[in-house]
Amino acid sequence: MLNPQLNKNGELQHLLSIEGLPKSIVNHILDTASSFVGISDREVKKVPLMRGKSVFNLFFENSTRTRTTFEIASKRLSADVINLNISASSASKGESLLDTIDNLSAMHADMFVVRHAQSGAPYLIAKHLIDTRQSHVHVVNAGDGRHAHPTQGLLDMYTIRHYKKDFTNLTVAIVGDILHSRVARSDIHALTTLGVPEVRAIGPHTLLPGGLEQMGVRVFTNMDEGLKGVDVIIMLRLQNERMSGALLPSAQEYFKSYGLTPERLALAKPDAIVMHPGPMNRGVEIDSAVADGAQAVILPQVTFGIAVRMAVMSILAGAQG
Amino acid sequence: MMGSVNGSIHIRNGRVIDPANGIDQVQDLYIVDGRIAAIGSAPAGFAAGTTIDASGLVVAPGLVDLAARLREPGYEYKATLKSEMQAAMQGGVTTLVCPPDTDPVLDEPGLVEMLKHRAGKLQQARVHPLGALTMGLKGKALTEMAELTEAGCIGFSHAEEPIEDTTVLLRAMQYAKTFGYTVWVRPQDAHIGRGGIAHSGPLASRLGLSGVPVMTETIALHTIFELMRATGARVHLCRMSSAAGLELVRAARQEGLPVTCDVAVHHVHMTDADIGFFDSNARVTPPFRSQRDRDAIRAGLFDGTVDAICSDHTPVDDDEKLLPFGEASPGATGLELLLSLALKWADDYAAGQHAAAAAHSPLARALARITSEPARVAGLAAGTLSLGAAADVVVFDPQARWTVEAAALASQGKHTPFLGYELAGQVRTTIVGGRVAWQR
Repeated sequence: MLNPQLNKNGELQHLLSIEGLPKSIVNHILDTASSFVGISDREVKKVPLMRGKSVFNLFFENSTRTRTTFEIASKRLSADVINLNISASSASKGESLLDTIDNLSAMHADMFVVRHAQSGAPYLIAKHLIDTRQSHVHVVNAGDGRHAHPTQGLLDMYTIRHYKKDFTNLTVAIVGDILHSRVARSDIHALTTLGVPEVRAIGPHTLLPGGLEQMGVRVFTNMDEGLKGVDVIIMLRLQNERMSGALLPSAQEYFKSYGLTPERLALAKPDAIVMHPGPMNRGVEIDSAVADGAQAVILPQVTFGIAVRMAVMSILAGAQG
Repeated sequence: MMGSVNGSIHIRNGRVIDPANGIDQVQDLYIVDGRIAAIGSAPAGFAAGTTIDASGLVVAPGLVDLAARLREPGYEYKATLKSEMQAAMQGGVTTLVCPPDTDPVLDEPGLVEMLKHRAGKLQQARVHPLGALTMGLKGKALTEMAELTEAGCIGFSHAEEPIEDTTVLLRAMQYAKTFGYTVWVRPQDAHIGRGGIAHSGPLASRLGLSGVPVMTETIALHTIFELMRATGARVHLCRMSSAAGLELVRAARQEGLPVTCDVAVHHVHMTDADIGFFDSNARVTPPFRSQRDRDAIRAGLFDGTVDAICSDHTPVDDDEKLLPFGEASPGATGLELLLSLALKWADDYAAGQHAAAAAHSPLARALARITSEPARVAGLAAGTLSLGAAADVVVFDPQARWTVEAAALASQGKHTPFLGYELAGQVRTTIVGGRVAWQR
């Protein structure tokens, strides 16, 4: 089946998911990102790579944090950024998703950064752009339902590469609500694409989707066992609405079984790093002593995130349709 | 007395296949006064008003479809009786059963009479509605089943709505048993899998789509079979989707429970992998399941565990399909694909390592599942070319290939996961009650 995120020359046309991306493209994005990392430290934090281009941030689901990082990345590339909080405008007036896209395309958008509560929504947009022959417009998935959050996956890979250099001898554990997490799915695809020999998922059965083994993941329900000897720990956020109910009895009990404490962290390799996509629930999935500790790389993740998003957008803007 | 010359039809030299009577032979078929008058040689005094040359073509009973939504009353923006009856004719479907999930729901005799009257006026397919099992399909109060039967309902169904209160299902089955009515129900637990949009499995996990586990079907089946044991009611299971479910049906049959079942024709071919990159044309209810389930459906059709293939025809308009996968309306157009896809099953099956399948005519086997068998399930005198039977006949070219595309479909529903497929089997003539109702 046609992979809608690559053009006929095999170049990146849209970034929709890490699944199906060749390793060479993933590495190219990470390499490009490293050239952007220094820019943020300069007095003039801008490069003119996307001057005159219009980036539309289409957030059908609220997320100030992710939207802001895309906005900063766009501005550092000298693009014009238009933020649209669609959940509060067209959708509530009954306009369909594709009508919204057609309207914005008519305003000569060059790139859509899309966040949507439904898995696959960015695919619908990308397919529509292909069907209407608008190959000059690019789509970046900024998180769709439970499906994918590819720029988060890529910035996680950038962070791991920064601290660990080589992927091919690592054991990486992803802990928490895998079932509902698009970050976990993107991380799993990215890690297996980059050749990580052991990817682990740790959580209670109620938060583990079926079929993880087919994605190349080793499943643990006991956190102590799952953390033994790992090089990287990726903690996931537990959404408030899932803390009590039929999935979990309480946040307290969750922390007792799956919270990352200094004692548990000691089970990992001594130089293991701790990551978290944010925003953190201190005392629910992670102990403050770990979140603020020497092994946490949570803030560097945020900084690298800007560079990775700049890399993705500049590569897309350069790709000819 | 022979009927008028005008009303008589001579279909020459076609391969006449009538699964109900075990007929499969190149011969002539004669229609007089709207009924099958003779097969082989002409009845005495026959004079043809119309002659159809069926050389190289198949002459079969008009298809009987156990589930086709005509969308009237209430959803005329999705499809109209006129467009969908035309689709039925183009697909060779001369008898169809429609579920009660219209708006308003078919829970009052007046609505059923109106639908039958409007459909009858078109003189196309014969429409047999299913009445709602409960008022408004709300799963609370029983409908007037006897009145609805008098109005023309041939059974009672809960369409796609789950019945939350098992007591209501028990009462409905007791009441239906009292009068000898059949309860049509799609096996689905009211809670497990609710809100799910894809088969629970590796694909749904990967795509981040909420799952509909197989156990929603199997748990419901256990309940239904237990209620059947208690009530003795006859049940027809609609849209079976899983290997495990079919295994339970097989056991229930062996036990002697009066149960029949059907599958939707798209489930005979598609699996969850066909969702690909979130193709909303592959959004159907129940969802496409694994290849193992699909293979069990094919095997069940062969060994008779599955009685019938239906189109599960559900026209959906663009506005409700061109949406993210989870927001898109489920359903696919099917009336015009039923014949070709049933033939494809038989061909595929015979082409596999199934020596037993190859030994018999795949064509006759496929036709049984869309003519005589569904007619038997629905208790209708249809789906056969028996002498004296109403002359509902389809003449089709089993070799002719056509491409599934919007322009080729008469139905107002243009969405199907088979868009772009090239299929064999094209209807040439559809005859209803001895009248040529459609011709290519």
